[in-house]
Amino acid sequence: MTGSVSVQSSVSRQGLVLGAVAYDPKVVTIWDGFRAWLRGPGGLDFDYVLYSNYERQVEDLVAGRVDVAWNSPLAWVRARRLATARGVTLTPVTMRDTDRDLRSVVAVRADSPVGSLTDLRGRTVGTGAVDSPQSTLLPLSLLRAAGLRPTARGGGADVQVRRFDIGVGLHGDHIGGERDAARALFGADPVDAACVIDSNLLLFAREGVLPSGSVRVLAQTPPYDHCTMTAGPSADDTLTKRFGELLLGMDYGDQDLRPLLDLEGLTQWLPPRLEGYAQLERAVDEAGFYDAEGTIRASDYRP
Amino acid sequence: MRATTDLDGLGLDDGGHLLVQRALEPLPPGGRLTVTGRHPALRVHLTAWCREHGHRLAADTETSAATGSDVPVEIIKGTAGERRWHDAQRAGTAQGPPDQNADPRWGLAARGALVEAGGPPIGAEWTEREHVWADIAPRLYAAAAASQWDPATAVNWTATLDVPDEIDRAVVQLMTYLVENEQAALIIPARLLSQLHPHFREVMQLLATQAADEARHVEVFTRRGLLSGGLLGTSSAGGRASLQTLLAEPDFTTASFLLSVLGEGTFLDLLRFIHEHAPDPVTADVTRLALRDEARHVAFGVSHTAHLVTTDKSYLGVLRQSVERRHAALQDTAGLNSEVFDSLVLLAAGSWEPAAIRRGWQAVRRLQHQMDEGRRRRLAYIGFPDDEAAELSALHTRNFM
Repeated sequence: MTGSVSVQSSVSRQGLVLGAVAYDPKVVTIWDGFRAWLRGPGGLDFDYVLYSNYERQVEDLVAGRVDVAWNSPLAWVRARRLATARGVTLTPVTMRDTDRDLRSVVAVRADSPVGSLTDLRGRTVGTGAVDSPQSTLLPLSLLRAAGLRPTARGGGADVQVRRFDIGVGLHGDHIGGERDAARALFGADPVDAACVIDSNLLLFAREGVLPSGSVRVLAQTPPYDHCTMTAGPSADDTLTKRFGELLLGMDYGDQDLRPLLDLEGLTQWLPPRLEGYAQLERAVDEAGFYDAEGTIRASDYRP
Repeated sequence: MRATTDLDGLGLDDGGHLLVQRALEPLPPGGRLTVTGRHPALRVHLTAWCREHGHRLAADTETSAATGSDVPVEIIKGTAGERRWHDAQRAGTAQGPPDQNADPRWGLAARGALVEAGGPPIGAEWTEREHVWADIAPRLYAAAAASQWDPATAVNWTATLDVPDEIDRAVVQLMTYLVENEQAALIIPARLLSQLHPHFREVMQLLATQAADEARHVEVFTRRGLLSGGLLGTSSAGGRASLQTLLAEPDFTTASFLLSVLGEGTFLDLLRFIHEHAPDPVTADVTRLALRDEARHVAFGVSHTAHLVTTDKSYLGVLRQSVERRHAALQDTAGLNSEVFDSLVLLAAGSWEPAAIRRGWQAVRRLQHQMDEGRRRRLAYIGFPDDEAAELSALHTRNFM
């Protein structure tokens, strides 16, 4: 449906324009704050625009309508595919310290008879939204690697997937679907397993959604990386370089920046790395979520 | 530097992070902590917790896919904690005395607390010690806290009134007048309080008790006014105009000076007068209790004003101007409600007999003289020469407060 992305020559403009997805009202606080700092002490001609979902942001990045995009891992995967198909170059700029080496887990009730992933055959697994890398795409790939065939729509499935589609288009940034999946372990008509990211396993335990001792971690994915700052074809090289330097130079000891870094969930920006997305590339292919050219192929995905 | 901690069966979903934090605390950034324990999700939880707090897992630990906790987890301490606190500073010393200048960036932090840099500065107007402080403030606050009384039980509300109707009307008129004065005396410390840097803790506490004192006074004077079952008395335009000039006073010290030194100072004599001539035990009780509280308010006002004048002699000029300004503003008003004055005479007279009225009149003249003497004494204590003290006392409002 959004497959016909046309690469247009970028509109002539000065400075660097960043795209970010407004998954929460705090995004305005964060980027207003960063904008003031980048333009003030940083001396960079910088502005930002907000998107309601990652798909439009990625399309605009590749089309040169924004210069850099604060991409989810899935947005990176699609941007890379779109860019490759169109012969356009993307430049990774930075990532957060908290974007490295995440794992997702498959959790079961502590007293569950399920002892291994293969025991889930014939059972139901709760996941987050259709486009959540951490609580849908990656853990379902883990199930496939164990020889299972999970699907939400029957048709040859041996594991029934019950998806909690909250914040579709936000690539799992909205925590609601994941929380509902965890909650479903104990609801009426409970799921047998729930897929959540490691940090949310701890968060949900502290919130009381998954009381201490109530769940057992059945399996976890290999480590993967999360968000990445990506410069597109319209970004000026010098400005992009300066932007990266400024982000990397943000000091957690700076009393003006610290509240913004806390809100954005990092203590420092790190240089980018791309090897952490291989697992998600595979998961996307297995699920038929995007094709090799970056066209959305998941029929039940309506961002 | 290396350390170890054993969580036993405790998980990070059950408070285990406290032990981890405690063990990390003495380590420098880059120091290593080995965590052992038996909680099945220990490794998963620690991975997530460390990431969130800027720590890292040692490489061999990180790549391990084991979900259990048989293998110890090694944490490398990050810099975020140190970076957060590196430019923190103490907000003075808890025991006092308060600093000369209270930093607005300390905000609402307790005096003596270690204050993380950042956060909104407090919008307090009064941040300089000499402009709000008196060395006696801590002792006055302690006395105020120890002297709070319960209006329900401190006054014998069931005592027989047995007061002739017309004398009772005089008492009711005086109570009506006292209530409006006490309302002004409540609002002013509350307003000063809202603009005071909380670093001057004892002054803040004292002003809070002062406002609470006045709240009680409003209650007991109202209750006495209604005790005989009739309506309250009158409120004159001139009296209210006089009080309202106090509310408009923009400066901490001049507001405190006009209200507590001159106004409440004058009220000490007034309350004592009503107490002495009280025709019933309730009137005697409520004025006695209020008098005790007002004495503290006057003590702070006098001590603070004197304190500021000691550090800045020229401030006497500012104080003088505030009296003159108020006098000029009230020149065309009647000042005291004549019914209040007449009620004082009748109260002291005790009857409408001409000889009694003469006695009452003379008693009120003596009262005015005492009020003037008291003001002059306080003004002299603050630092005014005697002649100037006499001159300023004469300019004080006819409305007493």
